[in-house]
Amino acid sequence: MSFITGVGLTAFGKHEGSSSLDLMSKAAELAISDAGLKRADIDGVLCGYSTVSPHIMLATVFAEHFGIKPAYAHAVQVGGATGLAMTMLAHHLVEAGVASHVLVVGGENRLTGQSRDASILALAQVGHPDYEVPLGPTIPAYYGLVASRYMHEYGVTQEDLAEFAVLMRQHALSHPGAQFHDAITVADVMASKPVALPLKLLDCCSVSDGGAAFVVSRERTTEAGVRVLGCAQAHTHQHVTAAPALSELGAEIAVARAKALSGVAISDVRYAAVYDSFTITLAMLLEDLGLAKRGEAAALVRSGHFSRDGVMPLNTHGGLLSYGHCGVGGAMAHLVETHLQMTGRAGNRQVRDASVALLHGDGGVLSSHVTMFLERVR
Amino acid sequence: MNANAQAIADWTAGAEAIVYQSCSACGGLQYFHRSFCARCGAPDPVEQRASGRGTVYATSLVCRAATPETRAHVPYNIILVDTDEGFRMMAHGDHDLTIGDKVTAGYAPFAGRLVPYFKRITP
Repeated sequence: MSFITGVGLTAFGKHEGSSSLDLMSKAAELAISDAGLKRADIDGVLCGYSTVSPHIMLATVFAEHFGIKPAYAHAVQVGGATGLAMTMLAHHLVEAGVASHVLVVGGENRLTGQSRDASILALAQVGHPDYEVPLGPTIPAYYGLVASRYMHEYGVTQEDLAEFAVLMRQHALSHPGAQFHDAITVADVMASKPVALPLKLLDCCSVSDGGAAFVVSRERTTEAGVRVLGCAQAHTHQHVTAAPALSELGAEIAVARAKALSGVAISDVRYAAVYDSFTITLAMLLEDLGLAKRGEAAALVRSGHFSRDGVMPLNTHGGLLSYGHCGVGGAMAHLVETHLQMTGRAGNRQVRDASVALLHGDGGVLSSHVTMFLERVR
Repeated sequence: MNANAQAIADWTAGAEAIVYQSCSACGGLQYFHRSFCARCGAPDPVEQRASGRGTVYATSLVCRAATPETRAHVPYNIILVDTDEGFRMMAHGDHDLTIGDKVTAGYAPFAGRLVPYFKRITP
């Protein structure tokens, strides 16, 4: 068994003067304290990557900076799926007895630490260096291609996609740590600047500074018990050119594996935390995971299904689209929010019932997937 | 980058050609060149020159580019084409292309290189 025993999250947005290590440290401090532990109790460290400060040994660099000497430490890189992939590994490490308390941490000064162009350029390298990058694609273009096909096959419209941006912004409005605090409408999304059509500026997540961390432990350390029920991955391709058909993407494979491992059915799930780098990402993943029927996710958003007081509250902190996206820590915020909801600590965002949660992360261009089920134990 | 390993130069090496590989053991096709077949692992897939004809699978008009060289070209339409030979490739194309259009390849300069550029085949 393994438990998420503590979580920590900084505000996202601008942290002028903070390095990636500073943001990681801040989140780590919060998570360790939330778990009721001391730094010396941490015997394992898993960290993500920083595009601002790349390093071949980031976990070791972090451990020295933070002031701990773990028995096990290394970095993990699976793009947007990194946070959940680290959590999955931490779960297995504590179950196998390799470590008792694994600190999982990600943080980056992606907004103030480098130019926006540098950031876009670094990310574009997920493309094939010979057969894609010379064509000048950007991350939004990769997802724009997928969006055009998804809209074509399932009759989804740009207005449908806009609903997801509006929902995430609505949720962010009640979180003081979110990067964006102005309400938006479908018309605002439709009128926002074209980036890589059919995706427009408000269909895309932002670039932020921020950090997130959690502690994964073999035993509960506090009252709050959040147990990992099961998790699984799927990796079908790296480059969008080599992606399988829309009906054969990795989210469906990963969730099927996670369901089989944990014995959880989608009907058991009460809270959803789903990767939302773009509106299309969220729409597709919700449908791939079985949280909505094909082509119907937007209608469910309109009906309030995914709202805080709806049947399946989703990313109640505002997600990557509106809480913000600082790289690895961005999708980790989804798990932090899930933990707060499951332990009844989400304040004015608290949902009625978050006893069982489904989390899903996606890296690359729907390339790498991690699905995880969490359960609250009393 | 792959030019040395290739028997036939293609657009990635500055030539006006689209080249793919086919496996004589399993019949698998691949567009990203390797010294083996990614489907069955057999060595030495055979290089073939593609006809340049295909069907549009997906499109995205890029309006915001990442580098000064590519920014000079915005907007440009990035497309995925399912070729008649049976492999999928990324390319540029006319802005009014829509999914399902039958297209044929030409070549156009882009950010200091030559890239495949597809136009609709008029019936």
